[in-house]
Amino acid sequence: MKKKKINSNSLLLLITIVLFFVMYAAGCIVYADKGFTRLQTFLNILINNAGLICITAGMTCVMLTGGIDISVGSLVAMDCMILAVGIEQGGWSSPALMILILVIGVVFGIVQGFCISYLEIQPFIVTMAGMFFARGMTAVICKEQVSIVSDKIFTTLSSFKISLPFGGYLNKKGVMQYPYLRVTVVVALIVVLAIYLMLKYTRFGRSIYAVGGNQQSATLMGLDVKKTQMKAYILSSFLTSIGGICYCLNTMAGTTTQATGLEMDAISSAVIGGTLLTGGVGNVLGSLFGVLINGTISTLVKTNGKLISSWSNIVTAILLCFFIVLQSVFALVKERKSK
Amino acid sequence: MGNIKKLTQKRLFLPVFSMILVMLINVVYDIATGSAPLGFFMISIKNGVLYGRLIDILNRGSEIAILAIGMTLVVSASGGTDISVGSVMSLYAGVCCMILAGYGNVNVQEYAHPLLVGIGAGLLITLICGLFNGFLVAYMNIQPMVATLILWSAGRAIGLLLCNSQIVYVRVPSFQKLGGYCGIIPTPIIVAAVCVAIASIVLRYTALGTYIQSVGINKKASRIAGFNSSKIILMCYAICGLCAGLAGMVATSRIYSADTNNIGLNMELDAILSVALGGNSLGGGKFSLAGSIIGAYTIQAITTTLYALGVSSAQAPVFKAIVVIIIVVIQAEPAKAFFKKLTKKSGKEAARA
Repeated sequence: MKKKKINSNSLLLLITIVLFFVMYAAGCIVYADKGFTRLQTFLNILINNAGLICITAGMTCVMLTGGIDISVGSLVAMDCMILAVGIEQGGWSSPALMILILVIGVVFGIVQGFCISYLEIQPFIVTMAGMFFARGMTAVICKEQVSIVSDKIFTTLSSFKISLPFGGYLNKKGVMQYPYLRVTVVVALIVVLAIYLMLKYTRFGRSIYAVGGNQQSATLMGLDVKKTQMKAYILSSFLTSIGGICYCLNTMAGTTTQATGLEMDAISSAVIGGTLLTGGVGNVLGSLFGVLINGTISTLVKTNGKLISSWSNIVTAILLCFFIVLQSVFALVKERKSK
Repeated sequence: MGNIKKLTQKRLFLPVFSMILVMLINVVYDIATGSAPLGFFMISIKNGVLYGRLIDILNRGSEIAILAIGMTLVVSASGGTDISVGSVMSLYAGVCCMILAGYGNVNVQEYAHPLLVGIGAGLLITLICGLFNGFLVAYMNIQPMVATLILWSAGRAIGLLLCNSQIVYVRVPSFQKLGGYCGIIPTPIIVAAVCVAIASIVLRYTALGTYIQSVGINKKASRIAGFNSSKIILMCYAICGLCAGLAGMVATSRIYSADTNNIGLNMELDAILSVALGGNSLGGGKFSLAGSIIGAYTIQAITTTLYALGVSSAQAPVFKAIVVIIIVVIQAEPAKAFFKKLTKKSGKEAARA
């Protein structure tokens, strides 16, 4: 019985991965003349979505416990604004600000986690309040757009290229161009790896799955359900702060309307990646592929050039629908079999 | 003491209490700034239409109130929320204005099709959206939030697609009527009042309300008792979609254009908030429509008050967040138990003394 369960879940992950490769291959065939086959196009998807990858990793942990965190988009906006205002108007050094942001993330997570786990308020409502709060605070800190230009460490970090020694091509002038990565991608991949290992091998990671699978049996097993839930929310806000820094390194600015709807991107990526919103089932690697699928869709729409950008939303929604229905069909089949 | 306890346990205590609190803040603010102490409640006729802060709140709060009707039913029946309503409002705007202006036109002075065709098509589409959400929730057993996430993302995008990513203006007086004035009264108030009246009559004189509550309390038991639980949930989502369409109708006519990027933006959060503020449990089951409606206008009153206090629209969410947290913490069971313990302790100490 246990073997079957693992099979259907890994099947979802497999579908996601296959879908990504099929989509990318289709892009390579259709847009071969527009440079889609270059390695850099793929790396650009990673670079553009580095922040989202970190955030989705945190979101996956929260969703595994059966909760949801919709405050992440606003929290990213607040992080960017704090960085921008701190550097440009406060004259702070960027490393200090980054640490401050991580601390704010943890505090944010503690407050939300406490309300959700110990006060037993619905996660959706608590994080909605968190979302309002962070978005409003962004405007309280500064109402206008602030661009980051003066801090040396920050600008170097943002423009630093990690060139890869292979996969280069000759450009029109005959100069060899090697594909490159940004610092943010390395951070994002480390986060994914760390969360993957944590979920698989640590006590905390296993109890996240247990709590999400069935709270009652987790309690009977002697696990501290409330503590685990709270820790998951703290982890999510912390990873969101890391993601916020990555996001800011990409945009180099703070605005009040930044990262609106990012929470839904994170949720849809996790769902496409095979994480169930009811909790207990999911994998952070799937979420990584979910983000990559989202990124591929928007890159395809951009490369086409003629389609308006809302097409990427529509395609994502169709995919989301497909995966949700698939999950529900799997669940129904499983129910039938167990009967 | 006993009377106070009875009062606080009434269902409508929370929404009415917060409404009164907001009004009091307004009165205090007016006195502090030296304007007329009861300026908040003053209603006068200027330029042939009703004028006053109270009217403004009723007018601007119409969309939230209409949305709150549908959201209350959805929350009650399925224990989940419909987060697609804002997007569906925007979809209505896209469909309606596209039909009225003709595809590709951005600014028209005349209808391309009759007004009723546009409104009818828009409402039909939103009804279909509601049925789609309901089907996923009721028959596919998908969590409400995830099921409605699909239209949350696609609704606005399809609206944008229909309008070619542009703002479509329909500058015809009869189109603006729904968002303007009917005699001396703002039309949105009348639309909202009619919607609320129909909803409350249906819930009062048919067994629908009881069915919905019973499904929300226990879906399985209701099915065994002979209700078609899935059908009832489907119907609630369909009604919610239709309400979103009606709210979209008011919002579109108000600005006589389809600004698909902004119509109904974050409106779903206001709607959910008004349900929570109305003293309804977001876990489903028993509901009070009156509470939700009062909650909706309270939220608009808070927003209007904040603007009057000089808070910008971008900063207002901070206060909204604080209000939400206070309300839900008061309602939370562990917090209630904690307060009970506290009052018992002080009672015991008083008895000892």
